[in-house]
Amino acid sequence: MAADIATQLAVERLLARYVASIDEDRLEEWPGYFVESCRYQIISSANYEKGLPIGVFFADSRGMLQDRVSALREASVYEAQRYRHLVSSTLILSASDGIVTARSNYMVARIMHDGAMTLFSTGRYLDRISLRGTEPLFEERLVVFDNKRIDTLLAIPL
Amino acid sequence: MPVRNSLDLVWPSEGLTRIPYPVYGRADVYDEERARLFMGATWNFLCLEAELPQPGDYRATFVGDVPVVVARDLDGSLGAFENRCAHRGALLCLKSGGHGAEISCVYHNWTYDLKGKLTGVAFQRGIKRKGGMPADFKLAEHNIRTLRVASFAGIVFGTFSADTPPVEAYLGPEIARRIQRVMHKPIKLLGYNNQLLPNNWKLYVENVKDSYHASLLHLFFTTFRLNRLSQEGGIIVDESGGHHVSYSKMASDQQSAEYDSATLRAKREDYRLADPSMLAGRDEFGDGVSLQILSVFPAFIVQQIQNCLAVRQVVPRGVGETELVWTYFGYADDDEEMLRMRLKQANLVGPGGYVSMEDGAVGGFIQRALPGGAADCSVIEMGGREATSQDTRATESSVRGFWKAYRAHMGL
Repeated sequence: MAADIATQLAVERLLARYVASIDEDRLEEWPGYFVESCRYQIISSANYEKGLPIGVFFADSRGMLQDRVSALREASVYEAQRYRHLVSSTLILSASDGIVTARSNYMVARIMHDGAMTLFSTGRYLDRISLRGTEPLFEERLVVFDNKRIDTLLAIPL
Repeated sequence: MPVRNSLDLVWPSEGLTRIPYPVYGRADVYDEERARLFMGATWNFLCLEAELPQPGDYRATFVGDVPVVVARDLDGSLGAFENRCAHRGALLCLKSGGHGAEISCVYHNWTYDLKGKLTGVAFQRGIKRKGGMPADFKLAEHNIRTLRVASFAGIVFGTFSADTPPVEAYLGPEIARRIQRVMHKPIKLLGYNNQLLPNNWKLYVENVKDSYHASLLHLFFTTFRLNRLSQEGGIIVDESGGHHVSYSKMASDQQSAEYDSATLRAKREDYRLADPSMLAGRDEFGDGVSLQILSVFPAFIVQQIQNCLAVRQVVPRGVGETELVWTYFGYADDDEEMLRMRLKQANLVGPGGYVSMEDGAVGGFIQRALPGGAADCSVIEMGGREATSQDTRATESSVRGFWKAYRAHMGL
């Protein structure tokens, strides 16, 4: 039981730090929550459930996540905006040999530079997390969003 | 030529080089477009044949904002009809699609075959000889309005008008050939993205046809020299003006002083990708063309950006809102490596794409600036004042082409 609680806390702490980095516009920290050969994808639940592989963004290395951040900082043109993530209902699905699988719900509000706020996305995080190192890291993070339609554009990661 | 319409809108005397801003904001223009463009003599994308693999498969789609069902009948033939029950006008197909021999309305259970023919009316003879339809009620007089359907290169088009020429004649040989170039063998569906654009549908279609903006707004491509206007390429505008192809060859980029001085904002020699594997690809068409953006009037796009293949359906959702439906595909014979390349290159496009996310917002920048501009026009003179094919992409020729076709259909 104590081990279960420790695992739960380790996972929830990773999730909390992850969303704080994004919501507080410290995007440069975001790739650091992943192992080097990670997998990260943002995909609609409609595609995910039909087994269709393409989503909104896909990365199979930490470098591709760093490139996303560089592009957002240096190349992409979009109106200034922030997110507020609420993450809840984290359920540990399996834990063995320092590898944990978990699912959580998320809700993201998007706040534009002029203060206009919308409920931008809800969905689930399907995670595979390594607890083998000094800090927990994502080996895989699937962001499966419920909202079929994306309003205007998706720049900042979920 | 269509009869001049009743819209109180006078086109500027400059012609194709001036677009009056009210066309993006007026509800009466929007309604007239539904009647004259989408339900007029145009072919509109309904779906890909690959989305209706089996007899009995059907999908809900749209022509303009008009809800339509497209189906593969039990004999394998394709048909399409309005997604509206002939009884009370309720949507027939509530989901994205389905499979069966018939479609029934949930409201009063009127039933139709997959060609939109009314086959059954619940309680037509009443209950215990009471009620029911009048004795002279004829099912055959209450079929749903159908569309003519034509499949070209695996793409299913529909038209409401009897006057629309056959689809190959509508497209013309140059456009048809370049659709066939992409749709040259059986495809495999890879996914969808739906994006809500905060602007009138025409602003998105113009954006697609506008090769002038591509390397000025989309700095990601520019930075990596994937899409500079100095590349070998050009614009094809068909006879009607309404269809276009923009293409370029990646390997033929030459250093250009005009280019570099015009795009200082975009130029960052020091910018490198940490993981350039996303840009790895194959010249799968064997012609060196790394980009081919093709539009079919009024609102359909076929896209090849390196190995990222997709069609885009533009669905008006009111005067100031548009839904863009991206359907990504590869080929049935793709190997694992090819599939992985398409998956990575899909990062370039879609609602979060490195070279497309700006397009989701830029139409809204125009839409939000419409108030006060009722007497004003946009200025479309890059590359001259005609709407003809050009061997440069520093042109707005295909944007003018859109308005040439638009005005012909709208009687403006």
